[in-house]
Amino acid sequence: MKLVFLQTDILIYCLLLVIGLYIWRARGKAHLAAPWRKVARRPAAMASAMVLLAFVIVGLLDSVHFREPLSNQKPGVTEYSLEIVSLLDKLLTPLRKHNEKTYSAPLATRLFAMETIEQPDGRIARAYPRLQYGGAELGATPKGYARDIGRLTLKGTLLALLLWLALTTALSTWLTQHRNLGWRALWRGEAELPWRAILFTLGVLLWLVCVTWAIAPHYHLLGTDKVGQDVLYQALKSIRTGLVIGTLTTLVMLPFALWLGVMAGYFKGWVDDVIQYIYTTLNSIPGVLLIAAAVLMMQVYMDIHKDAYNSITERADVRLLLLCLILGVTSWTGLCRLLRGETLKLTEMEYVQAAQAFGVSHWKIMSRHILPNVMHIVLITVTLDFSALVLAEAVLAYVGVGVDPTMNSWGNMINSARLELAREPLVWWPLAAAFVFMFALVLAANLFADAVRDAFDPRAE
Amino acid sequence: MIAYLLRRMLYAIPILLGVNVFIFILFFAVNSPDNMARIQLGMKHVTPDAVAKWKHEHGYDRPLFFNGPAPGAGKFTETVFFHKAVPMFAFQFGAADDGRDIGQDIKTRMWPSLVLAVPVFLIGLLVNITFALILAFFRATYIDFGGVVLCVAMMSISGMFYIIGGQFLVSKLLHLVPISGYQGGWDAFKFLVLPVAIGVIGGVGSGTRWYRTIFLEEIGKDYVRTARAKGLAERVVLFRHVLRNALIPILTGAVVVIPTLFMGSLIAESFFGIPGLGSYTIDAIRSQDFAIVHAMVFLGSALYILGLLLTDVAYTLVDPRIRLA
Amino acid sequence: MSALLEVQDLRVWFENRERQTRAVDAVSFSIERGETFALLGESGCGKSVTALSLLRLLPPAARIVSGSVKFKGEDLLALPEIAMRGLRGSSIAMIFQEPMTSLNPVLSVGTQIGEPVAQHRHLSGKQLKRRVLDLLDAVGIPDPMRVMDAYPHQLSGGMKQRVMIAIALACEPALLIADEPTTALDVTIQAQVLELLRELQRKNGMALLFITHDLGVVAEMAHRVGVMYAGEIVEMAARETFFQTPRHPYSQKLFDSVPRLDKRGQALAMIPGSVPRLDSAFTGCRFASRCEFAWQRCRVETPRWTVLENGGARCHLVEQGSSVEPQAPVLTLETRHQAPENGAATLLEVSELTVHFPIRKGFLQRVVGAVKAVDGVSLNIPAGRTVALVGESGCGKTTVGKGLLQLLPLTSGSVRFAGQELTTLPKSQLRPLRGALQIVFQDPFASLDPRMVVADILEEGMRALDVGKSPLERARRIDQLLDEVGLAPESKYRYPHEFSGGQRQRIAIARALAVNPKLIVCDEPTSALDVSVQAQILNLLRGLQATHQLSYLFITHNISVVEYLAHEVAVMYLGRIVEYGPVEAVLSAPKHPYTQALLSAVPLIEKETGREVIRLQGELPSPAQPPNGCHFHPRCPHAMPVCAQRYPGESAFGAGHVARCFLYG
Repeated sequence: MKLVFLQTDILIYCLLLVIGLYIWRARGKAHLAAPWRKVARRPAAMASAMVLLAFVIVGLLDSVHFREPLSNQKPGVTEYSLEIVSLLDKLLTPLRKHNEKTYSAPLATRLFAMETIEQPDGRIARAYPRLQYGGAELGATPKGYARDIGRLTLKGTLLALLLWLALTTALSTWLTQHRNLGWRALWRGEAELPWRAILFTLGVLLWLVCVTWAIAPHYHLLGTDKVGQDVLYQALKSIRTGLVIGTLTTLVMLPFALWLGVMAGYFKGWVDDVIQYIYTTLNSIPGVLLIAAAVLMMQVYMDIHKDAYNSITERADVRLLLLCLILGVTSWTGLCRLLRGETLKLTEMEYVQAAQAFGVSHWKIMSRHILPNVMHIVLITVTLDFSALVLAEAVLAYVGVGVDPTMNSWGNMINSARLELAREPLVWWPLAAAFVFMFALVLAANLFADAVRDAFDPRAE
Repeated sequence: MIAYLLRRMLYAIPILLGVNVFIFILFFAVNSPDNMARIQLGMKHVTPDAVAKWKHEHGYDRPLFFNGPAPGAGKFTETVFFHKAVPMFAFQFGAADDGRDIGQDIKTRMWPSLVLAVPVFLIGLLVNITFALILAFFRATYIDFGGVVLCVAMMSISGMFYIIGGQFLVSKLLHLVPISGYQGGWDAFKFLVLPVAIGVIGGVGSGTRWYRTIFLEEIGKDYVRTARAKGLAERVVLFRHVLRNALIPILTGAVVVIPTLFMGSLIAESFFGIPGLGSYTIDAIRSQDFAIVHAMVFLGSALYILGLLLTDVAYTLVDPRIRLA
Repeated sequence: MSALLEVQDLRVWFENRERQTRAVDAVSFSIERGETFALLGESGCGKSVTALSLLRLLPPAARIVSGSVKFKGEDLLALPEIAMRGLRGSSIAMIFQEPMTSLNPVLSVGTQIGEPVAQHRHLSGKQLKRRVLDLLDAVGIPDPMRVMDAYPHQLSGGMKQRVMIAIALACEPALLIADEPTTALDVTIQAQVLELLRELQRKNGMALLFITHDLGVVAEMAHRVGVMYAGEIVEMAARETFFQTPRHPYSQKLFDSVPRLDKRGQALAMIPGSVPRLDSAFTGCRFASRCEFAWQRCRVETPRWTVLENGGARCHLVEQGSSVEPQAPVLTLETRHQAPENGAATLLEVSELTVHFPIRKGFLQRVVGAVKAVDGVSLNIPAGRTVALVGESGCGKTTVGKGLLQLLPLTSGSVRFAGQELTTLPKSQLRPLRGALQIVFQDPFASLDPRMVVADILEEGMRALDVGKSPLERARRIDQLLDEVGLAPESKYRYPHEFSGGQRQRIAIARALAVNPKLIVCDEPTSALDVSVQAQILNLLRGLQATHQLSYLFITHNISVVEYLAHEVAVMYLGRIVEYGPVEAVLSAPKHPYTQALLSAVPLIEKETGREVIRLQGELPSPAQPPNGCHFHPRCPHAMPVCAQRYPGESAFGAGHVARCFLYG
């Protein structure tokens, strides 16, 4: 096995590092830890945090890439497959490999459309052909379908229950020992954290994962698409795309917004004029047009430099990164303006003047006094922007300036499924899958962002 | 006031110039007129003559920004940039890459866009303010809580799902209105009901929640306590005192988008087959038509700046504290 | 006949998920018709909450737990909301502390005054307008026709408070609740408003519940006084009794901690510590931990209310019948006025300091005028002495302070520190001098970075100015500084929000001290603090001056602080110094009419006989368009024709006492 570091992977690791550092710092600082504790006390926030965590785990599994050794090795030399796969792909091998011919409905055993098939006896008939993988164990003429599904569901449910009980017991034992909380207190919601909400969400998530784990290798839980690919697999692979766009974009724009905004507010005068001119100009260009123009140019550029990429995956990845860059460059203006306004207010604060009375340098005043005091705005904006960016990806895909068409993303799923609505009978599952996954992520992110804003905004009670 | 507005209008010139420069750099940093010509003429079998001819016809046969050999001011005027960007300031948009007159296209396509965007804007504003007021009136009750949860859920749904869902439900299952298409005159109504309704519904979540926050912020202020101390009913306090103050940020925030309503809505127009400027833009992006994209960028910027100007004016109209100087 | 208002056993709690705050705990009092009852207390003692609960206007987080509020025999707490609305604004009206935010910014003054009239009197049209004009006239607003159509932002603070009073009076209420109505106003304006309230009360015969923290205002206004401490009323008495023999140790301490001329050279009595938090359960007397007379019983047993003539007190001492004798302050500073006498070396010399802020207008943003915040101020600060800069808000005193520290761009003038001209120094050469000139700000909540621990706050200046060579040395110095300002060494790892206002001000003083200053500009360092805490800070500043030979430029509007602390005083009006001299001379024999008016407007605790408040007409003019000639002439009771033509020159009265007024030549 040979590890491959895609560019977005590296940035994701950087992001993890930044978050890690932040947590490490926040632990010791009361003013950083207190609002987070406030967030942690809200049941809705913690439930959404659990959902987000599930998404993040999938996204991270999908961010460890490698190339597998080829099976037919020459002795002495190890050769690797050109195909880049991730840990998630490895886990989902059955889903990835079980490709049908074309559409099939969720949990189906036959294709969705009638086809002309040659029967074993040579006759030609119109029928729904049997799927190659969906319910393969049931034989050519599926029998006991309902029982099989029921058995698998039960298996998954039991497993989920077992896991959940184990986790709950472990947790309550730990809490009893370290926090002196009995499980009664836990259930009555007397602990500081809303354990009931956390455990309930955990239960639901475990149930979903376990049932999927039980059924997915044997059936296409969410059906297959036009080329017979498993829709569940696509939806799961899309998670990473959504997360990358939602997080890396802000990571890219943050330095711009932060420094330009703080500088404009701190120095005022001509610095302010120049920075205001820049962001008014950028802001005045209609957003989608700006992104579209930039993406088109990126496409031209990548067409000219076709040979720079070893594989489709790498090329798609570079394109994803560039898209994040473009979204970042076009979306920093809002945060910049907020920061400028806040900095204007802060420079009038007496502690800044006290520092000036010591002759502390501008640079130090900005980094020691202004920056830490505007970070709550950054945090609030970042969490609020996340869901907007995930939603924007879908729109961009529709306009034709989204991620690479070969890359799995909810936008691409919607875009290709849109035309299927016109079919009779209706192919609804790819759209529904994209909808459910996107809705779950965005809703969780919105609820979490709400709690973050309430906790960090000094104006909110 | 007049002096202020004049100064703001002059400020638009460097911004629009900046927009033009930016777009030119964006386009020609990786692309060249030769490349454009080849794409437009079809990639294969393009003779240098054909490229030169295309460039001449479309005005790309000059240097981009700086014409060294040209005499005097010609160094700057005899360039693609000057010839393409300067007429924009007179709203002369020139011809698209396929030869059509962009100005004419914009004029005809503007109306369907407006007919869709203006009702969405007005009805949306009204609906959002109404809902926000209701939530503010019932603040800290289960009605408020449920309303906020509903808002968050609604804003977590991609706008495309509203359109797809609406088309499916209303047009395909119930056959109430056509699924897409457009006709002028009164017939437009049946084509517009659904897009307008969806546009409003799609914006209710975020709009209501945002306005509710503004209302609640105002309700916490000292003057509201004064109003209550006068013995006014809660209804009067809300409508006469809170609403007036809350409308200042709400209206001025809304005014900035009024001019950009001309630009139409990209997604809705394209989904519903409405021949407005939004779908025009999308088509241009898909066919990589620089001239149209350039024109739309310029138009959008100009309208945005107009919006900023209108915002300033709106402030002086609704807020007695603000006098422009 | 029963009292107009009878409050029995009122308890109001604030509740949120984390804690329960008992803001008002079993408060009882009553008010007769036509009487003024003053509720006196420091911030956070529950006096405003008491007032709001009478009208049931509490914020949503607050809950009236028990008690009754009988108004004309009717229990207000049992009334349905609709009936309550009928009383608000008609029978009981209220005015609030902040006139700036208490008026609706987008409705005209006339509309806002008309509202309660329309609501309760059902007047409309011409009659309504008539009534509004009458009301504006009644509260002494000049040109009511014009003001009626004005918006609140077009009026000054004093005018806004008059409008608030007009709203409250609209339906001639039987009871007016005034919640710190003059705290946000300048003394001369305060005098006007207090006078107005007294006059209206006399005319209308209404009762007044007056809430304040200012003993002087109580002395001027009240018939009876109730003192609140930590959610309880600890003493109640008629004004005369209260001011002659305060019974409760807390009341006595309040009197002792007011700085005055006759306490000069002594340490002020102070109440150690700060007001206890109200979210904890109390055992014993709430004041016990800060009371010098407390003994074992005070800490265990809650004192009962002891009824005395015309009131009572809540104290074990009073219960036993042994009243404490008001005694002289226990500590006198051993460092009794070591400050050098007149003629000490000049440390800082300011001459013709001018700070103008340009006003730009029109198409090209040309400078069409200037706000003359400071307009030619000259001032000498001798080493080791305190110069007070006194004036009302907007007179430019803070700008002088920041200007001489080079924190603002100066328009012109010179600032010489120890012979070194500061205004022309390049930044790099100015920096080493920064340590010598330091500043302590007014607002202890805005002057400390909330994201830094105390040690970092104190170290910042040392690092910037290279005080203390090694981190270890600096750490030692931090401990020493904290000790010097009376804070525990553990405080250095804590954040500002964990400290009370007084403690924060100590930290701010320590921060300035850290870099070995020669001069500290104190910009209203005690005006955001309660009286008892103010005494702590003033004592600290005096002590530090003695030990470190510090000079202070003490910027304040509080005359009593000046009397107590300053050696010399400069009175500022509209960007210029109108009178300057030794404190004794200026305060006992003020020469300038403005100084005279300012001093006479200060409410005094002891009623002096024959003292007459010189009521100033109108308000401070805008510094963008100061009046011609003497800036003060439009408001001056002695104005002469010449005053409108030229700015007066200096007249000297000996011992460095000078004033600028034509009355003296």
